[in-house]
Amino acid sequence: MIHSLFLINNAGDLFLEKHWKSVISRSVCDYFFEAREKAVEPDNVPPVIRTPHHYLINIYREKIFFVSVIQTEVPPLFVIEFLHRVAETFQDYFGECSETTIKDNVVIVYELLEEMLDNGFPLATESNILKELIRPPTILRSMVNTITGSSNVGETLPTGQLSNIPWRRAGVKYTNNEAYFDVVEEIDAILDKSGTTVFAEIQGVIDACVKLSGMPDLTLSFMNPRLLDDVSFHPCVRYKRWESERVISFIPPDGNFQLMSYHISAQNLVAIPIYVKQNISFFETGSSGRLDITVGPKQTMGKTVECLVVTVHMPKVVLSANLSATQGTYNYDPVTKILLWDIGKLNPQKLPNLKGSLSLQSGAPKPEENPSLNIDLKIQQLAISGLKVNRLDMYGEKYKPFKGVKYVTKAGKFQVRT
Amino acid sequence: MLGMSANSVSYNEQGSVESGVDAAQENSSIPGSISSGGAASSLFSADYKKNEDLKEMLESNKESLKLEAMKRIVGLIAKGKNASELFPAVVKNVASKNIELKKLVYVYLVRYAEEQQDLALLSISTFQRALKDPNQLIRASALRVLSSIRVPIIVPIMMLAIKEAATDLSPYVRKTAAHAIQKLYSLDPDQKEHLIEVIEKLLKDKSTLVAGSVVMAFEEVCPDRIDLIHKNYRKLCNLLVDVEEWGQVVIIHMLTRYARTQFVSPWREDAVFDENSAKAFYDSEEERRVDQSKPYIMDPDHRLLLRNTKPLLQSRNTAVVMAVSQLYWHLAPKHELSIITKSLVRLLRSHREVQYIVLQNIATMSIQRKGMFEPFMKSFYVRSTDATHIKTLKLEILTNLANEANISTILREFQTYVKSQDKAFAAATIQAIGCCATNISEVTDTCLNGLVLLLSNRDETVVAESVVVIKKLLQTQPSQHSDIIKHMAKLFDNITVPMARASILWLMGEYCEHVPKIAPDVLRKMAKTFTDEEDIVKLQIVNLAAKLYLTNSKQTKLLTQYILNLGKYDQNYDIRDRTRFIRQLIVPNEKSGALSKYARRILMAPKPAPVLQSAFKDRDRFQLGTLSHTLNSQASGYLELSDWPAVAPDQSVRNVEVVEPVKETGAPALSKSKHAKSNEKFYSDSEEEDGEEEEGSNSEDSSSSSSEESVSESESEENSDDSNKSSSSQSEKSSSESDSEKKKTLKNKKPQQQKLDSKDRKQKNGNAVKVESRSESESGSESSSSESSSESGSELDSDSDSGTDQKKNTKPKPVQSKPVIKVEKKEVSLLDLDDFSPVPVTTPKSSILSPNLLSDLQGLLISPTASALQASSPVFVPETSHELLHRMTGKGLSAQYRFTRQPCIYGNSMVSLQLTLSNSTDQALENIHISEKSSTGQNIHRFNAIERLEPQASVTVSMGVDFNDSTQAANFQLCTKEDEFSVSIQPAVGELLLPITMSEADFTKEQGKLVGMNESSATITMTPENVSSQSVNRKVVSVANLGVIPSGQENIYRFSGKTVSSGSLVLVSVVLKDPDAVITINTEKTVMGSMLLRQVKTALTNSGP
Repeated sequence: MIHSLFLINNAGDLFLEKHWKSVISRSVCDYFFEAREKAVEPDNVPPVIRTPHHYLINIYREKIFFVSVIQTEVPPLFVIEFLHRVAETFQDYFGECSETTIKDNVVIVYELLEEMLDNGFPLATESNILKELIRPPTILRSMVNTITGSSNVGETLPTGQLSNIPWRRAGVKYTNNEAYFDVVEEIDAILDKSGTTVFAEIQGVIDACVKLSGMPDLTLSFMNPRLLDDVSFHPCVRYKRWESERVISFIPPDGNFQLMSYHISAQNLVAIPIYVKQNISFFETGSSGRLDITVGPKQTMGKTVECLVVTVHMPKVVLSANLSATQGTYNYDPVTKILLWDIGKLNPQKLPNLKGSLSLQSGAPKPEENPSLNIDLKIQQLAISGLKVNRLDMYGEKYKPFKGVKYVTKAGKFQVRT
Repeated sequence: MLGMSANSVSYNEQGSVESGVDAAQENSSIPGSISSGGAASSLFSADYKKNEDLKEMLESNKESLKLEAMKRIVGLIAKGKNASELFPAVVKNVASKNIELKKLVYVYLVRYAEEQQDLALLSISTFQRALKDPNQLIRASALRVLSSIRVPIIVPIMMLAIKEAATDLSPYVRKTAAHAIQKLYSLDPDQKEHLIEVIEKLLKDKSTLVAGSVVMAFEEVCPDRIDLIHKNYRKLCNLLVDVEEWGQVVIIHMLTRYARTQFVSPWREDAVFDENSAKAFYDSEEERRVDQSKPYIMDPDHRLLLRNTKPLLQSRNTAVVMAVSQLYWHLAPKHELSIITKSLVRLLRSHREVQYIVLQNIATMSIQRKGMFEPFMKSFYVRSTDATHIKTLKLEILTNLANEANISTILREFQTYVKSQDKAFAAATIQAIGCCATNISEVTDTCLNGLVLLLSNRDETVVAESVVVIKKLLQTQPSQHSDIIKHMAKLFDNITVPMARASILWLMGEYCEHVPKIAPDVLRKMAKTFTDEEDIVKLQIVNLAAKLYLTNSKQTKLLTQYILNLGKYDQNYDIRDRTRFIRQLIVPNEKSGALSKYARRILMAPKPAPVLQSAFKDRDRFQLGTLSHTLNSQASGYLELSDWPAVAPDQSVRNVEVVEPVKETGAPALSKSKHAKSNEKFYSDSEEEDGEEEEGSNSEDSSSSSSEESVSESESEENSDDSNKSSSSQSEKSSSESDSEKKKTLKNKKPQQQKLDSKDRKQKNGNAVKVESRSESESGSESSSSESSSESGSELDSDSDSGTDQKKNTKPKPVQSKPVIKVEKKEVSLLDLDDFSPVPVTTPKSSILSPNLLSDLQGLLISPTASALQASSPVFVPETSHELLHRMTGKGLSAQYRFTRQPCIYGNSMVSLQLTLSNSTDQALENIHISEKSSTGQNIHRFNAIERLEPQASVTVSMGVDFNDSTQAANFQLCTKEDEFSVSIQPAVGELLLPITMSEADFTKEQGKLVGMNESSATITMTPENVSSQSVNRKVVSVANLGVIPSGQENIYRFSGKTVSSGSLVLVSVVLKDPDAVITINTEKTVMGSMLLRQVKTALTNSGP
């Protein structure tokens, strides 16, 4: 399956290599560099590249290319999914997955990669198991380690690997038993020029942070489970119970994990929390243009819209922007051609407005298309779909856990066409 | 490896001290020789020194120094630097007490053992000893490292170790053994036979831990030994859900191949799906033989596989979801396919790379089965932030999904894309428009006109692409488009892209007889610029000259000769060759042979139109989800998916004589004892003891079959007729059957079945109801799974085309120079680009861009009044269809209709309908059409006659009816070759509307105008569950095709629409005053108003979803 892995940064430096079978020369990456060159933007690099003797499957994450070398037929998603899992593991261990942290922790990275694959086939990918095998670094521990010479390698048995519940280790103990659930919903939408919804749907996830002793068996139920159109679960969830009773029954992994993700499609009339009035125009003569954007609340269910950010990818000919914002700050980056307007909290009484002129490269023809606006926002204590958790029950353990549910709505891929 | 470190305490106690000493002693003789070699070879003193101090550190007595050195060495390995000369120093530490040190030594050893084979042998004894360790983790890790050392000389040792480990008590060790098999095979393929023996043994293993790894080994070592799978097939199917996710992918792919060799095709008679197949699950051999008389019965094992993989569609792992999807695609009956759609669409939310692969697979699927993805069309809309290859794939899929019903929506969407800043994408969009135009003849003219408008675009690539696509389109159409060619000729001077210029010239030549005045003039111009043109253009100039010479030699003889002379001395040999050839062909001289007589026939031969087809057309020759499919070429190691066998191989090979219940043998006692209860709940096999197997087994069968049924129902109307038939004929039988079934299952019960069945025990509660609902009628079963699938499709389609409606209201009918049906003419604006500025400096006025068309365009620009009342897309499209013609009355032909709620593409005052015709006879029906004479006054746009409808097939067509804003039924004759049937369509009042959007202020303003007679209202008492905004909105829009107006007030809901025929406004408002609600409807059409009021009232007072 996966033969080798190369990590390459945005500048094209190969900074880590790992082989699970025989060694493959790093010159194989030349084919990747060629494709990278051709694609111009890192996002446009094809995920699967064919070379005379190998196949390169790569992902691009956090400004790093994870390039894996494959020799024979394998489902490409298998490799892609695994590479993302590797990146997530790094993130989990080091707080962020960047070139610097990987270089700083190269030994742990190597140990992790060694455990995650055996002969190219995934072995241990559950974070719970990995953390038993190799402890994540903390400042305190790394200091102690340098003084005493002890190591990051766990000394206990990785019980999860052998138990019937591979995602949970045995003998978990907490003094404060608590279980928190975050219902996070993202609105994916495309609005057209006139503000009509072209497409809208809600993507939700329930993130959990469960710190419970022993082997608790949890059941989470909703007030309105029929809302959910399509769901996918963490392996711990008993699918049969969901099918028959529409409740989520599971033995949780220890710590943070994503319990489920769901999808609510446009059929259920997605509420769009804000509206945008915009007028961007470029003049035929004089190499200039005008921009006028106003944002206002629409269906916010009485909650405040926060962290409102408008991002505009301007056409290449726009040299600079001379604007004034009634609220928040704006910034135009002439290199990436991105106009970023950070509004903050949306005040329904005084609608934020951004207005002014754009100057274009002289002589260049005016852009054909007006740039579309990407919106980012956050609404606390609201799940825009109306989904509500009914109750959480615990079986199998005696103590009374502390339970909490939080709702957040965010903008996902929220785009306004102009 | 993990084990050894983990259990170091016990390990060290048992004499690793000695072994450490051993290793040290063994190695002590070597350093001298190596270090001298190292010194000699190392030219780079810096490197040499650095490694020298590492060596010193390794040989020191301090653990921490050794560890530090190993960490630095691993750093070197990671960077790809050579650290092989340290091998002797490192290998000494293989038996170290420090776990981390030992692990790092392993990393080093595995990396360099191949290069330093002799020295690597020194470490082998350590591993051999560890293989006998009482701790399973140490045994496993020793085997793991031992098998990773690629030194051929130890092959026998590895073989022995694998054989021993394969019989180990611990499943974890057996898993490692399965991994080691692959390693050994790649090291020495000669061991294949022995390894297959081990695989065979491990395949029988019942641990979920082992299953994935051993199947992986099977796939790598002996994928052709399908016979090894037979006995394990059912076990693998049953274990699948509990195997770890990576193993699931491998097993599913293997089982897909297996199933294709062992079962007969479920596709042959699609419509006649046999409900009993699921029930026949564990029937005895005799009964199966009896059933053979029926057309097709799915092998119970085939069904088992489909059923057990279905829950995995909910996996969080995208690879698993894809694997199940491809399994369904390749194995499931066609009507069950729709369950994978939602999951695949869900994957589109994932990472860019995942999207790429999934979109590719959807593209392939959507060619063959449009219907699967059509309801999710909007998920494929392109965002400006998508990567280019994602955009292109989405475009491909949208093109594949286009049909008569949704084409207006899609073209509208394309219109946005054409203006994209990403020019490569804009060009691809133009190609896509071309594809739609050829596939759907109704919109060909619209697209063509839209593309002509694009010729005035400022961007060269867009213009070039348009020219090329127009060329292709004109070729597919008989040449009634001389004005388009003229227009292109006029634009010619401004087009610089060679490909576009060449295309125009080719068109001129090909249709020179249609533009007799212009073509010679173009040639004259080209003669002047010949030398400056690109090669491809030159070739076309020569072509044009030749064709004109043949058709119009009087005017062009001299020009042609001049051009041929230029070509003769051109630098490019292709052009010289072509010139020479053309000259011989067309200019008669004494030397020219028989050919020149035929010159005209050669050059002016009618050319077949190019076929515009998807790049994914033949991708389905590869198994979906594979690397080969992604690359569209066979990757090494790709295993062909065999065709279905004509006759199923012996089924009994999969029978297993004695099956003991599956138990996790090696599970640690610790977790078992401590948490026995929770484990039991989680793992189904422990539920066996519950003693409810009998019911369990039956409930499973019935529930699965009922859910299948509802899937088929919702998927399309085509099957419903058949199921009607079967249900009516079998209604009594099936209920009695299910009883007898129950008895049989009791009798034939085997332990394994119990296990399997008890898995679904939970479903038993709905058992009785389900059986009943199936036998009695087709009313929806209550199982939740069926419900979700039946709801899936209903959000269908799309936007209305505001431009079209707009124009129709405000503009007089445009007059056109060429004879085009007026219906088509009206939607010219579908592709009009509203940023098209009337006169860019260069655009010449041509007959095509006639003033009336320009005024059309201006109508599209949003004027103040226009913005107030904009047509919008339907908020909700109901899936329900109504019966038009019953199978019994229609002599086997049945028809159903549903309202698509889209603006009709046939006429603006028409209501768009979708008609599904199915043939339930056993003969093909020919020439199905609507008779010309319609009995009532309604204007009906007939669908094109269907020449032939195969038995059991069904077809969906779209038609338009102008109901004149009344609910009077439209009566017409549905004819086949032999018969005529009178049918009628009775529209609900809500279907005679089209939604529009307006602001709240406009709404109140308009409402103010429509008072008195025009207002009707009613007060109702709301049921509590209807009070939420969502449910009010949903109820109203499901009754009537209205647009929702965003409201500022909490308890007022407003909806607006207009009647289809006359365009009169219909305003609905619902004001909640707890617990009452006042419904007000304002419209000029008072009759419609009161009817609508009645319906809204009923909808809001009824409870339920």
